[in-house]
Amino acid sequence: MAKITLTPTKTPTLRLEAENICPDSFAGKSNEEIANLHVFVGKESQALGDYFEIAGESGSTAAETTIVINGDVNRVKYIGMKMSAGEVIINGDADMYVGAWMSGGKINANGSVDAFSGLGMTGGELIIKGDAGNYLGAAYRGDWRGMQGGTIRVSGNAGSDVGTFMRGGTIIIGGNVDVHVGTHMEGGTIIVKGDAKSRVGGQMVKGDIYVFGDIEVMMPGFQYRKDVDSEVDGTTGSFALYEGDIGERHGKSKGETIYGKLYMKH
Amino acid sequence: MTDYIIRNGFVYDPVLGINGDIMDVAVRDGKIVDAGDVTKATEIDASGMTVMAAAVDIHAHVAGPKVNVGRNFRPEDKLFNCNVGSGVKRMEAGFSVPTTIRTGYLYARMGFGFSMEAAMPPLYARHTHEEIVDTPIIDQGALPVFGNNWFVLEYIKENEVENTAAYIAWLLAQTKGYGVKCVNPGGTESWGWGMNCETVDDVVPYFDVTPRQIVDGLIAANEMLGLPHCMHVHGNSLGEPGNYGVTLDTLKIAEGHKPNNEFGRESVLHHTHLQFHCYGGESYASKSFESKSKEVMDYVNSTDNITFDLGVVTLDETTTMTADGPFEFHLSHMNSLKWANTDVELETGSGIVPFIYNPKTFIAGAQWAVGLELGLLVKDPMKAYVTTDAPNAGPLMRYPRVYKWLMSAKAREDMLNNVLKYGDSIRARCYIGELDREISLYELAMMTRAGPAKTLGLGHMFGSLKAGLEGDVAVYPYNPESDTDDPEKIEYAFGNCATLIKGGELIIKEGEVVSNGRQKRTFWVNAKTNENPVVERDISEKFKRYYTVTQNNYTVEGHHYMPNPYVIEVDATK
Repeated sequence: MAKITLTPTKTPTLRLEAENICPDSFAGKSNEEIANLHVFVGKESQALGDYFEIAGESGSTAAETTIVINGDVNRVKYIGMKMSAGEVIINGDADMYVGAWMSGGKINANGSVDAFSGLGMTGGELIIKGDAGNYLGAAYRGDWRGMQGGTIRVSGNAGSDVGTFMRGGTIIIGGNVDVHVGTHMEGGTIIVKGDAKSRVGGQMVKGDIYVFGDIEVMMPGFQYRKDVDSEVDGTTGSFALYEGDIGERHGKSKGETIYGKLYMKH
Repeated sequence: MTDYIIRNGFVYDPVLGINGDIMDVAVRDGKIVDAGDVTKATEIDASGMTVMAAAVDIHAHVAGPKVNVGRNFRPEDKLFNCNVGSGVKRMEAGFSVPTTIRTGYLYARMGFGFSMEAAMPPLYARHTHEEIVDTPIIDQGALPVFGNNWFVLEYIKENEVENTAAYIAWLLAQTKGYGVKCVNPGGTESWGWGMNCETVDDVVPYFDVTPRQIVDGLIAANEMLGLPHCMHVHGNSLGEPGNYGVTLDTLKIAEGHKPNNEFGRESVLHHTHLQFHCYGGESYASKSFESKSKEVMDYVNSTDNITFDLGVVTLDETTTMTADGPFEFHLSHMNSLKWANTDVELETGSGIVPFIYNPKTFIAGAQWAVGLELGLLVKDPMKAYVTTDAPNAGPLMRYPRVYKWLMSAKAREDMLNNVLKYGDSIRARCYIGELDREISLYELAMMTRAGPAKTLGLGHMFGSLKAGLEGDVAVYPYNPESDTDDPEKIEYAFGNCATLIKGGELIIKEGEVVSNGRQKRTFWVNAKTNENPVVERDISEKFKRYYTVTQNNYTVEGHHYMPNPYVIEVDATK
């Protein structure tokens, strides 16, 4: 696998919109061509090479390309957007939309990422060692198609609105989450290993949410059904199963109404 | 002003009976003139290309509060769908609910010169006109909606056609409207009471009138005034399986009405997006649903005072928006997506729901078939106009794709065999498989130019290359002799005109927008009627009692809302 390294050389005055930092854009290009790829600074189009020193080389396909970013890119948005294969390693913090709409490959963010990361993603892995911002794995503004596949794993905490309109895939949060988890969720799994604040599973139609810690304020639309034993991401334990959101529409399967499932660890 | 002469194109003009002859077309001082009359003109080479008068759209939702709510509540419609501005071109964005700028550019690229906004809520006429002003290049007008208006319901209940006509004339002048639109007659008002009008004889609660009376009364009032356009109706039970009987009942109301106007219009009833109204069966399932396009067209073909537009489903993700509030409510419960709704005081209502016409479902494919069947079954193409009820059945930018399907049996076969998942059941439940007609360029010019211009009462300005008409000419990169091998060439050419001259001004040069148009006009109709103290008193009373605005804040003042009006005067005092 070919490795190409980007080292930030200057801090952009405005946020840099760099959807070209992506194995699909780099594949088969020389370093000179990569340096000439555009980035947007406000409404102006500039060159990637104006902001990064580029070393190493990229592979002939996205799958054979690993991009390593050495340094803080907390003012650089859209890293790994729409990537389909390959790998991106971010050794530092990144701005919003990391791995948004990604369909394959792997992003290792060794720092924290800001809001809208993993937005609408359909496949691949997004591993975040630090914290994640708001709207992790959610849907784009107005859209009803949130995360549909793949895995997001956050070691730290996540912000609010995790998995809004989520339809598939798995989100695992090692720490705590802010309000609104799995709002309008219609599939997939969210696992919160720490505490959640409130509005967990609001307007949830289908899917699973696990909370290992406490939920500060429970939604009124969830009803306790029974206790179940299960293994969740390597942890075995007893969970209280709640179903909801009672106020939402729900489909039927084999004559039974299918609710969203909220599991609280005992 | 520069003169232009467009040389050696294949010219199609059904008004003049020109069918693909190689000719020159000339424009001087903004008008079409005989090619021999220009001397120092800029030459445009159209050899090997198709030349027509600019197209006329009789029905599209492209400006106004519904469209804007669609834009606001669908930011995802603009996601990855944005062109930055360059040169004179301004930034454009959006797919099913494009920005005003993109709307203007889309129309220009498709070679249009005029578009009629299909439903203007009178109370929000100011907003509609502000958007029209912001839409570059094309001339536009807007049809205020009357079919659920309290004044109209009350006058028609008492058979007061004269008062209905006086009110229509007053409202057109207040809102700077062009004609009479009627959406789900009586049904939207009924919905305010939790009900709907599903047939033409369902009674509107409280007002005690039926859709049949409303349509009949509005036609009578329209002809009493002698307006350029006829009554423009979206019938009851849109989109419901088995609705074709209601449609035939609605169309038959035109029997006995005669056109009365000085504009050459022959129709007294224009039924819009007829595709949505030609369904048989009892559900959307392939076991039950069937096309009734032939039954409806058999009737339409036997009449001489009805016109319609197709409303072809283009199998896209789009945004539905209509003044048919109860229908949108129904739709939102079918697809569980977001829904916006408004009740417009005494006048109308509306709803908006995103919708995906999925080619992998039977029903979307069947709807696609029904729309095309109407265009293929019509005997006289001067009666049938190509629309997608944009954006309801499909986005505006899909018009050229609809032309392709109408003009090429091969393109339709390809859809049935390779794109639609249920092609075979669609052949079985619809007529599409039996129809091998291919609309010619001459017929297309009728269905997109001469026909709609005539029915809008604008045949004296648009739809032909006759000397004296507006200098609106489109040149398409389509060679009718050598480009017939691949239907994709039709779609490409009609979406990317090589030259557009609008009002004598060069807008598209060699396929590029080179001007945002300097003389965009808003058309409205000023019908003079005799003084009518009853109607005047009723208006003043209703504003005091019910409206949330005063009459002074209702009127569309010309100077701000329409800097460049074009008034069509009608004298109905006799």
